[in-house]
Amino acid sequence: MTVDSLPGAMILEDVYKSFGPNPVLSGINLEVAPHEVVCLIGASGSGKSTLLRCINLLEPIDSGRIVLLGQQVTGPGIDANRVRRQVGIVFQSYNLFPHMTVLRNVTIAPTKALGMPKAEAEEAARELLARFGLLDKLGEYPDRLSGGQQQRVAIVRALAMQPQIMLLDEVTSALDPELVAEVLDVIRGLAADGMTMLIATHEMGFARDIANRVCFLEEGMIIELAPPAELFTDPKDERTRRFLRRIVDAGRL
Amino acid sequence: MIGNDPAFGPDNRQYEPGNFSSTLSAAGTPVFSTSGRGPRLLSGGGRRAGVVSAISTLVVLAALVAIFLAAPGSSQVRHTFFDPHDMWQSFIGNPKKGYYSVGAAIWLNIRMFLAAEVLILILALVIALIRQSTGPVLFPLRVLATIYVDFFRGVPLLLVVYGVGFGLPALRLSLISGQSYAVYGVIALTLSYSAYVSEVYRAGLNSVHRSQVAAARSLGLTQAAALRYVILPQAIRNIVPPLLNDFISLQKDTALVGVLGAIEANQAAQIYGSTVFNYSSLTVAAILFLVLTIPLARFTDHLIDRDRQRRLAGAVA
Repeated sequence: MTVDSLPGAMILEDVYKSFGPNPVLSGINLEVAPHEVVCLIGASGSGKSTLLRCINLLEPIDSGRIVLLGQQVTGPGIDANRVRRQVGIVFQSYNLFPHMTVLRNVTIAPTKALGMPKAEAEEAARELLARFGLLDKLGEYPDRLSGGQQQRVAIVRALAMQPQIMLLDEVTSALDPELVAEVLDVIRGLAADGMTMLIATHEMGFARDIANRVCFLEEGMIIELAPPAELFTDPKDERTRRFLRRIVDAGRL
Repeated sequence: MIGNDPAFGPDNRQYEPGNFSSTLSAAGTPVFSTSGRGPRLLSGGGRRAGVVSAISTLVVLAALVAIFLAAPGSSQVRHTFFDPHDMWQSFIGNPKKGYYSVGAAIWLNIRMFLAAEVLILILALVIALIRQSTGPVLFPLRVLATIYVDFFRGVPLLLVVYGVGFGLPALRLSLISGQSYAVYGVIALTLSYSAYVSEVYRAGLNSVHRSQVAAARSLGLTQAAALRYVILPQAIRNIVPPLLNDFISLQKDTALVGVLGAIEANQAAQIYGSTVFNYSSLTVAAILFLVLTIPLARFTDHLIDRDRQRRLAGAVA
């Protein structure tokens, strides 16, 4: 079963999710094609992060359907661990394991979740770290690295599981401005390699560069979904225009 | 095993609570509690501060010694609790005269401590994990674990020692009723301390941020693997100082097993006292316990310092 033979690598149908009385996702419908990059934009609290966490099954959804790589992953009897091994997620605050070296951070999941032999996992990890310019850091502990380096390690850690889909949750939001570029470059590299990605981001310029389509969320609903050229220059919905105006006023576009 | 030595009659092993508590407070205070601690607490930098703290410490020490020496019953107390000859005799013991070696008996305390420590670390972890679990299936176990912790934290350890030491043999069960007093002592210590230590574990588990669990699970690690490789190592690192604190306490509390008749250091010292009518043996037991606990206390301090420096370094980087 290859990804390309499928209509969508990621299909969300009518996904609802609330935390107690507060609705967070109110009927999300979204289909992401293989090798496509979709950026989620929207104000804080619009449901971007929750949407990514639901796709990774870190949060259960209330109703609706999520299909990943041709397999429905919501409903009873789903082995969440198997699903997660195919879907990498990277968090805003890196969430590296502070008591492990960089190398161990990267090899822990392949060895303990996939049963890959240690030597093989380390060889693969070295290769990945080298590709992202981190080979000299493999013996370091995370708190000795800069934020940008930590986030790149977190990306490598997710990639070490050889996921078919990557979910990126505002991965540059916690970074100092001068460190943002190095992380965005890594993501551009992934896109160029054909990784299917769903990216929640506040970097509008980046979204415009990298995304095949941009998706504007407000109050847990998809307000507008369009190619970046269209959404950023000629937004159809009044709410999208208002959001983009605020972004422009804040000097972030 | 010392406790099963047939050379001594059981009539020698009387527990005398009145004697014990009054003698310990009279003997313990002036000798131990002021030594060494003053300068470290008071030092604030500079040579002048060092001189001042050294002098003030000496003055306080001298005053306490003077009060002790000037007290009307001083010579009697010194003879009863600090007689060098009796201290030495009780330390080496003399079976022919009817008393045990306190120095040999402390070995039983050490063995009980080591056995109980291992068992406590395991049992307490199991209890903590049960109490931290979330699944509805485990609800009855969670209730049991909570009752366990409430019960054994609430009942005095001495009563648990009596209950296990006299209750289990009375059951006349083949496997568990024929054990030595030291074994019952270890069981009682384990039951009681596991309740405390499980709470320490729980604090440690709670100290690991939820995002670490999310990161581990998002990589496809099972809950057990996430716990083992990601959560527990960080939790345990955070609780080493409070754990060691509990174990310092445990070292001392092995003395309570003496009430069952096990010849541990405190019991051996009591026997010496009631045989020879000199309680310098209790001073020997106290010194031996200090020799055990002080290194562990210093080691704990060292770990706390190291942890603080590690975190400070982490914050700067």
